Amino acid sequence: MTANNGQKGTLIENIAKFREVGLLGFIIILSVVIQWRNSSFLTWENINDMITNTAILSILAVGMMLVIITRGIDLSIGATLALSGMIAALTVGAFPNLSPILAILLGTMIGLVSGVILGAIISKGGVLPIIATLGMMYIFRGLTFMVSGGQWVSAHQMPDSFKGIATGSFLGINNLILIAVLIYVAFYYFINHTRTGRQIYAVGSNPDSAKISGINHDKIIWLVYTIMGGLSGLAGVLWVSKFASAQGDTASGYELTVIAACVLGGVNIAGGSGKISGIILGSVLIGIMNNALPLINVSPFWQTGIQGSIILIAVVLNALVKRGVDMNALMRRRI
Amino acid sequence: MDQVNKKPFSWKGFFLQWEWMLILLFLVVNVINTNLSPFYLDSVGLRDATMTFLDKAFMVFPMVMIMILRDIDISVSSTVALASVVMAHLYTLGVPMELAVVICLAVGAVCGLINGLLIVKFKELSAVIVTLSTMIIYRGIAYIILEDQSAGSFPEWFGFLGWGYIGGVPFILIAFVMMAVLFGLLLHKTTFGRRIYAIGNNPTASRFSGVQVDKIKIIVFTLAGVMAAITALFLTSRMGSTRPNVALGYELDVIAMVVLGGISTAGGKGKMIGAIIAVFLIGFLRYGLGLINMPAQVLMIIIGLLLIVAVMVPNLKPKAKAKGKPPKSQDQQIAG
Repeated sequence: MTANNGQKGTLIENIAKFREVGLLGFIIILSVVIQWRNSSFLTWENINDMITNTAILSILAVGMMLVIITRGIDLSIGATLALSGMIAALTVGAFPNLSPILAILLGTMIGLVSGVILGAIISKGGVLPIIATLGMMYIFRGLTFMVSGGQWVSAHQMPDSFKGIATGSFLGINNLILIAVLIYVAFYYFINHTRTGRQIYAVGSNPDSAKISGINHDKIIWLVYTIMGGLSGLAGVLWVSKFASAQGDTASGYELTVIAACVLGGVNIAGGSGKISGIILGSVLIGIMNNALPLINVSPFWQTGIQGSIILIAVVLNALVKRGVDMNALMRRRI
Repeated sequence: MDQVNKKPFSWKGFFLQWEWMLILLFLVVNVINTNLSPFYLDSVGLRDATMTFLDKAFMVFPMVMIMILRDIDISVSSTVALASVVMAHLYTLGVPMELAVVICLAVGAVCGLINGLLIVKFKELSAVIVTLSTMIIYRGIAYIILEDQSAGSFPEWFGFLGWGYIGGVPFILIAFVMMAVLFGLLLHKTTFGRRIYAIGNNPTASRFSGVQVDKIKIIVFTLAGVMAAITALFLTSRMGSTRPNVALGYELDVIAMVVLGGISTAGGKGKMIGAIIAVFLIGFLRYGLGLINMPAQVLMIIIGLLLIVAVMVPNLKPKAKAKGKPPKSQDQQIAG
């Protein structure tokens, strides 16, 4: 990411190997520059704020990583998030005594159901992920507006216990961060140390040989979109609790930010590779940019353009590094 | 396509094509609309309704070609916004409107060209991710130019594009029909069009048979940019002013129309006429539901369902056959 494109193959290979280190280096340099321009950046409050803001993004990025590893893409997560957040908010509004844990479970269930439907359409219906998720995005958005009747659910309609999900803390650490860390650990174990997790990579790096070696391709695809749905549902509840408002257009366009975090974190858009550590760093980098650009007086109107350019540069650099690695491997074979 | 031409002509096969299904669906929509609202079947109303949905339909033509090439372009709506914003901004800076319109088209062409070049130069990147990032970038530039302002108050003649009539027919309808004929001929009657189908069916084989795949892709993506700029012209003219968040989500409508029009997402199949029928199908559906005050969100759900069902139905057929249902000879053509 950060290192300049070396002419030597070995350098390129090293960049590919130590992508996370490079990304971390870039984050540190960026932080130092921002700190130098505005000294309130590296204060405890601001860092805490920033990480809390990044938690939801990184939860979604974990699911998106799984989807991208299988060569898919999910554009419906913003809509799923809004739908489950809205239903959870309406439910706690109607039953203020409902336990926050149940609200989280409810949102996650709604997300799971959405994901199951989406996964069935993609794996059993043979619809391209981009088309299926575009269609479902329309449907979930429409449903969100319909269940809410076009109304907002605002802070005073939600009980304090529900808002406490995002503002409360355990052992001095914010709940959002705790939930995010739990998810990292669970998914780190899942994708690295379980059979099904490894099968996700196998399906992504070579669908044909995965099929031949007896991996149930459809089942893995279905599973991946179900997980993505469940995580979006969870993120929906956290989002609504954090911002204390549920609207029909909550998180619209947020899927692009999530994809950006994955791509920055080194998830290969052609499938087959991606690491939890990478996407955490990718999410943190996006979090820093969102937090720091206003601090160093960059006009908010520049943010969209900067974010888009960074995605493009990241995917192009990824492609160039990959080319270098492949070329190297070829050369070695010739010798 | 090819198979249809080679087979002996049969009326049954002819009428079982996807396009006739669309026409049937179109008639059903119209009958339902007429029953729902007594105001629907009003020639003036219907005529003017076309003005509101035809602007985005100009992007359908190149999108048909792109999807036949097995690619997709989701940046078109941002190209619309950027072209429109650049034009309006230049005009407010004192550039003559005629020149601003030309620049608007040029901006569209450049946006499309950049997409095409990126997709051709970085083959390992899918069109989805390339156009996803340019979608954010183009929209971002539009925001940088106009921030949260709007720009407008164009000269009188510019309003003719969106609101004018020639002999009682809206100008935009005439322009749409002319473009439809032009693109229909380009896709179905020229070598260029045949090559697009060839690439969509088998890119590798096409390259080895001497088809300049890269060149054709670049041309088609540039065309998409130009047509997005034409959409920008009509849209800006109809609204009278523009903002950076104009045309948000148009790419979904356009892709929905193309997919509903029977263009296979696996590439290589589909006809221009199907997409054109789908344009009017969705347009009149929206107009009719608007007349009975159906919320726009219901329409979103309907379009989303149509989009998925239109892709899924042909895909489910082979499985149904495998289960032992008697195969019908026309299945292939419906799917095509």
